[in-house]
Amino acid sequence: MKPKNRLTRRQKKNLFRILLAGGLLAVLEILCLTHTLPDVWYWRLPFFLIPYLAVGFDVLRKSVLGIAHGQLLDENFLMSIATIGALAIGEYPEAVFVMLFYQVGELFQNIAVGRSRNSITELMEICPETARVERNGEEQEIDPGEVAVGEIIVIRPGEKIPLDGVIVEGNSALDTRSLTGESLPRDVAPGDEVISGCLNGEGLLRVRVTKPFADSTVSKILELVENSTAAKSRAEGMVTKFARVYTPVVVGLAALIALVPAIVHWISPATLPDAMGMVKTALIFLVVSCPCALVISVPLSYFAGIGSASKRGILIKGANDLESLAKVDTIAFDKTGTLTEGSFQVSGVYPVGMSEDQLLLLAAAAEQHSNHPVARSIVAAAPKNGLIVVENLEEIPGHGMRAMTEGKVLLVGNARLLIREGVSLPNDQSKTMGTVVFLALDGIFCGTIVVSDVCKPEAAGSIRDLRALGVRRTVMLSGDREPTAKAVCEALGLDEYRADLLPGDKVAAAEALLAEKQGTFVYVGDGTNDAPVLARADVGVAMGAFGSDAAIEAADVVLMDDSLARLPILLKLARKTRRIVVQNIVFAISVKIAFLVFNLFFPNLWLATFADVGVAVLAILNASRAGR
Amino acid sequence: MKKTFALIDLDCANCAAKMERAIAKIDGVNEVTVSFLAQKLVLDADDARFDEILDEVIATIRKVEPDCRLKK
Repeated sequence: MKPKNRLTRRQKKNLFRILLAGGLLAVLEILCLTHTLPDVWYWRLPFFLIPYLAVGFDVLRKSVLGIAHGQLLDENFLMSIATIGALAIGEYPEAVFVMLFYQVGELFQNIAVGRSRNSITELMEICPETARVERNGEEQEIDPGEVAVGEIIVIRPGEKIPLDGVIVEGNSALDTRSLTGESLPRDVAPGDEVISGCLNGEGLLRVRVTKPFADSTVSKILELVENSTAAKSRAEGMVTKFARVYTPVVVGLAALIALVPAIVHWISPATLPDAMGMVKTALIFLVVSCPCALVISVPLSYFAGIGSASKRGILIKGANDLESLAKVDTIAFDKTGTLTEGSFQVSGVYPVGMSEDQLLLLAAAAEQHSNHPVARSIVAAAPKNGLIVVENLEEIPGHGMRAMTEGKVLLVGNARLLIREGVSLPNDQSKTMGTVVFLALDGIFCGTIVVSDVCKPEAAGSIRDLRALGVRRTVMLSGDREPTAKAVCEALGLDEYRADLLPGDKVAAAEALLAEKQGTFVYVGDGTNDAPVLARADVGVAMGAFGSDAAIEAADVVLMDDSLARLPILLKLARKTRRIVVQNIVFAISVKIAFLVFNLFFPNLWLATFADVGVAVLAILNASRAGR
Repeated sequence: MKKTFALIDLDCANCAAKMERAIAKIDGVNEVTVSFLAQKLVLDADDARFDEILDEVIATIRKVEPDCRLKK
């Protein structure tokens, strides 16, 4: 592993040059002040040229190359002209200082960008270097790219899982923090799927590979994060356009200012304006005309924001998505698997004339061999002890189960089953959401069990948080029937719901919401069957994407775990990043313009350089704040 | 065809923007993104003339920033 946050060789070299030139400049200044160095140009210029060239030779070289290539307003060229101009009017220390400080700014920018790039590539650590594969009865350590689908790999305790697969042997707890931001380890057993990039806990695992390395989760994530800066934010486009106009305008002004004294003198030979002062002002204009700090600070902020999100298990595909998220107006949610767990659970047991446990035991006894999700959830909810023995178990399709226990007829199924068997039902039909299972023993109704898809525990709180963050409208789009959709909507405090939607209807519903939105329209889904809606929304968020390629492909934002609590975090981050970007743009532009005006009256090269580099440094520091 | 290349020693953000503008003007380039932060160039250009276009792209990069190299 390469040490991070260490300077590269090139940065070290530049730092050395800056320190050397700075030291020489200080010595020369003292020599000048004490008049050890005679105050004549042929003495002073050669001495000051030493630090000047030491720190600025590459800038001069690049500007010459730039001119040769027709790149006139390139920043090297501007700095060269400004400093050569300063040397020409006898401002030797100023010339060295301008060049020196320009290089300080460049070095700082270089280090800051490198650091923030590292913070994203830290994710690279999820990338395993080798895989331990079983071949011909031996373990071999090879490149994960060379492992074929179907081969068995061995993962020792504490090792990274190199490829996606299914456990064939071994139990362990996986640390998924680097992927999901979730600190609780995930327990796994044989038959469970494992995702590359997770860290194995205490157990030894044998895993059958299900995907080649190029298609494994780790490769997909890295690809996504690496390309995340390709899509540019509107703010960045705006700033680049501004820079395109700003530089020529300022350079033009500089030329004008330098020429004004000459023209004035030519028109009325009697007046002799302060030519030196005007030239100096012109040079300062050149120094301040470099737009790089401004241009870099916007993408750097978004980059830092995206990096910070990825550390929290939120992958954002582009700076433009993070930008749009700052102005969320309407959020639409898919129901099953997004707002709810997507798995059936017993949510109510209403016995008549017996205990809850007894009712569950009876139901479980009848349903124990069924694979239906409702049946399985009842079996899972029943007490593990005291299983009731049933005989002559018989399934009546579309109705339920019929069985004998201790000589009595046991009926477990829907209302139709009980009516068919001549059992009289109580009048009050349950209005709750979900599926209702009716039970009768020996011809007498003995209670109901309600099985439903439960809301995620964090859902209601997250929706409250989203509303507090200024989301105007929250809508649930569900393929489920009306009463269920309504119950979930009310339980979670959503504004509206649309029920009985077929997949095609969801797109239409999303389009209707898009037409009514006032800001950004976000759709949150699980990414498996709502890819068209994810694609249609301004920002599509896929959740629970842990291991689902389809979701990673379709969405703009991918939440690695399936917690809705990531949404408010994401929104806050988007707002914060946006705020920083605006601050930087306003601050950098206004300071630059203020300085241009100030310099018309009080030209001072030291101050101008200091201010210009200072703005750059502050903007970059501010940008990196988005990563925290 | 769409391909991604690493840019080595791409030093200034404004140069990256200039590069992008200049490359976009090359005949046969459908789309190009130069990311200063990722130090990457994503080029989408005509399949038939891709290599030819790529040479032109390399020349353009050198014009804008003499020290910057493109890694294939």
